[in-house]
Amino acid sequence: MVMFLLRRFGIMVLTAICLTFIVFSLTNLTPNLEKLARSEGSVRMSDEQVESWLDNNGYTQPLVVRYGQWLGVMPGWTKTVDGELAGRCISASTPAASAPSFCGVLQGDWGTSTVFKRPVSEILGRALGATGWLMLWVMIVMVPSALALGVLAGMREGSRTDRVLSTVAIATTATPEYVSGVILIVVFASATVGISPVLAEMGLIEGRTLFQGTATSAMDNITFWNFGLPVITVAMYGMGYIARMTRASMTEVMTAQYIRTARLKGVRFREVVIRHALRNALIAPFTVIMLQFPWLLNGVVIVETLFNYKGFGWTLVQGAGNNDIELLLSCSVVAVIVVLFTQLISDIGYAFLNPRIRIS
Amino acid sequence: MTKPDWDSSQPILEITNLSISFFTRLREIPAVMDFSCTVMAGEAMGLVGESGCGKSTVALAVMRDLGKNGKIVAGSIKFKGRDLTNMGEEELRQLRGSEIAMIYQEPMASLNPAMTVGAQLAEVPMIHESMSKTDAWALARQIVADVRLPDPDRIVNAYPHQLSGGQQQRIVIAMALMSKPALLILDEPTTALDVTVEAGIVDLVKELGKKYGTSMLFISHNLGLVLDVCDRLCVMYSGEAVETGNVGEVFDKMRHPYTQALFRSIPLPTADKNSRPLVAIPGNFPLPHERPKGCNFGPRCDYFEAGRCDAGDVRMGETGGDRHHSRCVKFAEIDWDAPLAAVKTFEKTPVGDVVLKMEDLRKYYEVSGGSLFGGGAQKVVKANETLSFEAREGETLAIVGESGCGKSTFAKVLMGLETATSGKIFLYNQDIQDTPIEKRAVDTVSSVQMVFQNPFDTLNPSMTVGRQIIRALEIFGEGNSDAERHARMLELMDLVKLPREFAERMPRQLSGGQKQRVGIARAFAGDAKIVVADEPVSALDVSVQAAVTDLLMEIQRKNRTTLLFISHDLSIVRYLADRVMVMYLGHVVEMGTTDQVFSPPYHPYTEALLSAVPIADTKVIKKRIVLEGDIPSAMNPPPGCPFQTRCRWKSQVPNGLCDKEVPPVKYLATGHQIKCHLSDEILAEMEPVITMAAE
Repeated sequence: MVMFLLRRFGIMVLTAICLTFIVFSLTNLTPNLEKLARSEGSVRMSDEQVESWLDNNGYTQPLVVRYGQWLGVMPGWTKTVDGELAGRCISASTPAASAPSFCGVLQGDWGTSTVFKRPVSEILGRALGATGWLMLWVMIVMVPSALALGVLAGMREGSRTDRVLSTVAIATTATPEYVSGVILIVVFASATVGISPVLAEMGLIEGRTLFQGTATSAMDNITFWNFGLPVITVAMYGMGYIARMTRASMTEVMTAQYIRTARLKGVRFREVVIRHALRNALIAPFTVIMLQFPWLLNGVVIVETLFNYKGFGWTLVQGAGNNDIELLLSCSVVAVIVVLFTQLISDIGYAFLNPRIRIS
Repeated sequence: MTKPDWDSSQPILEITNLSISFFTRLREIPAVMDFSCTVMAGEAMGLVGESGCGKSTVALAVMRDLGKNGKIVAGSIKFKGRDLTNMGEEELRQLRGSEIAMIYQEPMASLNPAMTVGAQLAEVPMIHESMSKTDAWALARQIVADVRLPDPDRIVNAYPHQLSGGQQQRIVIAMALMSKPALLILDEPTTALDVTVEAGIVDLVKELGKKYGTSMLFISHNLGLVLDVCDRLCVMYSGEAVETGNVGEVFDKMRHPYTQALFRSIPLPTADKNSRPLVAIPGNFPLPHERPKGCNFGPRCDYFEAGRCDAGDVRMGETGGDRHHSRCVKFAEIDWDAPLAAVKTFEKTPVGDVVLKMEDLRKYYEVSGGSLFGGGAQKVVKANETLSFEAREGETLAIVGESGCGKSTFAKVLMGLETATSGKIFLYNQDIQDTPIEKRAVDTVSSVQMVFQNPFDTLNPSMTVGRQIIRALEIFGEGNSDAERHARMLELMDLVKLPREFAERMPRQLSGGQKQRVGIARAFAGDAKIVVADEPVSALDVSVQAAVTDLLMEIQRKNRTTLLFISHDLSIVRYLADRVMVMYLGHVVEMGTTDQVFSPPYHPYTEALLSAVPIADTKVIKKRIVLEGDIPSAMNPPPGCPFQTRCRWKSQVPNGLCDKEVPPVKYLATGHQIKCHLSDEILAEMEPVITMAAE
């Protein structure tokens, strides 16, 4: 087990290095840097001034060297500009005398965001916290309902229940978040159209709308009213997918010989499903559910922008839209870690569910 | 549970005029027609027939588990006087598992992989007798001990995949016995198991049947097994019962042409490939929607008489024996004792020069013993140990052994799919042991070919049959033009006795036997000198087996091919082999001519193997030797003699030599060798396992 974890961890680190290097080289393409120089220095800089700005800020070093510095495995650059010592690790708060020679991601220095004018780690920490809540609620809503949907549909293949539930699952998973989000806002969060005015008139809801169309206030205080719609929007998309997987797995298990054995032992249908089929049927969707985490990040970008919820996705969009290299890089590092980590959990959980692998 | 007016003098199970159909979108497919049989208390009833004859459908109908498409369209199934056909779901549920239990063909698939054995066993009394969990587990433990599994405490906490096939089947049996059912349905319970394991299971079933007084419905395609286990027998053909009666009576005084044809097509000890060859049943099994009018067996029957046999439905008729019925209009007229008319006999083919020689061949595999989570030391699996033999032109050498004995590894090394670890293989004095198949010359490849076990998987499903044979011809460089190759392909079709128009068909349009013929045609495409036939008939039905075996023999006579026949079925080996090599855990434990191997002195393993094979002949008296336990894993073989863990002669060898040393090869007579520590005197005293009773 320890060997396995170590090996997996090694592969994870290797993958992370490769992926971040790709992102690093893409964000550090020359046009990007020139744009950065103009936005940081002055828009009216001449080409020579841009050149010297880049040189003074260490951007003219070879790509690999800069990557090493960013990572924190190579000492940060230093340079004497106008008689004063400048460098990667030197800033207003850390004068040259006390500056460390290494300052990269590994040292915990994620850089400074050019958009927010604050350390990236601070912005990212807050954003991840917010997105964590969103993810948590999405999982709480999505996984049980998807499994229930899949199991109910799959236990009697071809029945009316199966066909109805399968249609629902396909419909939800075929609707992208930016469509379902807008529809949901119109139906539930508008004071003039949809069902909210009707409910308000009947006095069933206190406010003017059933849900709020923006989730900004959920940053401080999560309520059903302000958080319901973003959660449902993300959950719906993933739910259909997981439900389809569960259904496929369930129908396959229900035709297995050991299910016949159980049935012919006199086990009640309900017990056959719960005791005999369920666990075997969950082995395959488990991996899919874990794969949903990276997919959720994807959905989160759209939903957070749509509902103006300042989480990870929103930050990523801001970083990308404003050429904020450090922020963008850090976002990709986080994304890579999330993806790789969920894969690790998925493999371990798979082995745990499947005794054939657990006890060999 | 039972109706008050039922007592044990009445039948436990009474099926009358049962008809079952499966409904598809296209049409209604009748699977079973007008089937009747009765099983009395304590009686074992055998249902025999080839695949597709409807025997399993009958079993599932008794369980009322025919699936969505299956329906009972007529007749009744009475269990202890109660009609099962109009019983509700809840009533059926109470009956299933408690009064009627079932044992299945594939034990691995029948057990839930994610539940411990104990939980699966304990479930039965917990449902039916509302037993407490602790009591149920205690009972489970006791029944596990009852089915003679070692270390029941460990077994109840194990998962199915941790047990061997034989142990799994014992668990399935234990599960069926958990609530002492009145009727036990066994659906090919030993087909997936090795013969020595099968013998143990059969003994267990018989013993438990006696102990608990359980009635049994025993479904099998193996007549020998039915003779072993059952009191009564029902032969089925194409959805109908064609003959029922007491086992002895049906075996010795059969009154239906199909039964007779079946017996003539199986290799009994009296059959011989030269003097008394098998008689295959001509033609093919009719598809359910293409059954002929009148007698279903009519088109394949020797006694067929137009106008009578195809006039209309044939009913079961009394033959005069004890509850002995036959579905034949002519059973009273046929002379059943007439000797087999005009069988072709053949000259024994003389053997030629040595074409293949192996010297001290070894094949070891290295496997990592670890689990998913890595680690674990590297282990060496010794798949073949010191294999030496010669095969001559025109000779049939049979390689016999149970699963894991290394016979398939041997074939792979010979074919070049694997290279040998050490030792030599000479093919016409050219050593090929280190040349993988990609590097072999085309004529080497075409001269050593293989016929595979499963014809269903070895043909490309999206290529016509003719095209596949032409492809082989292209690879072997036969023929100069497409036209020539096409002509050669048609010749090959003639050789394997397939109609030429089959060349345009897809594999799915062919039956199992026909597919195997295509496989044989492909193997002989390049005029193969040596053909390795890896269980070529074991996936086929009995009546088809005879035809395919015949074909192989005929081609061998014509081409003087050397046939290496790998099989676990000793009956067929006795029938067609010239020489036999018996393997156990990678070792050749005995080798000699067929007569030498099949008569004493035996290697103790050969002796057990011979005794384990069920023989469908009432005149054969067999000594019963049941081996304890399972075949040890090749990963972890016992020290000393590989067979010592299961050998019943071990005590006859002094000084515990069997535990310490691998026995040396000992030559008993010309060409007869065994690997055993037993002294010559003890070997000389061995009695034959099979004797024929005096007529």
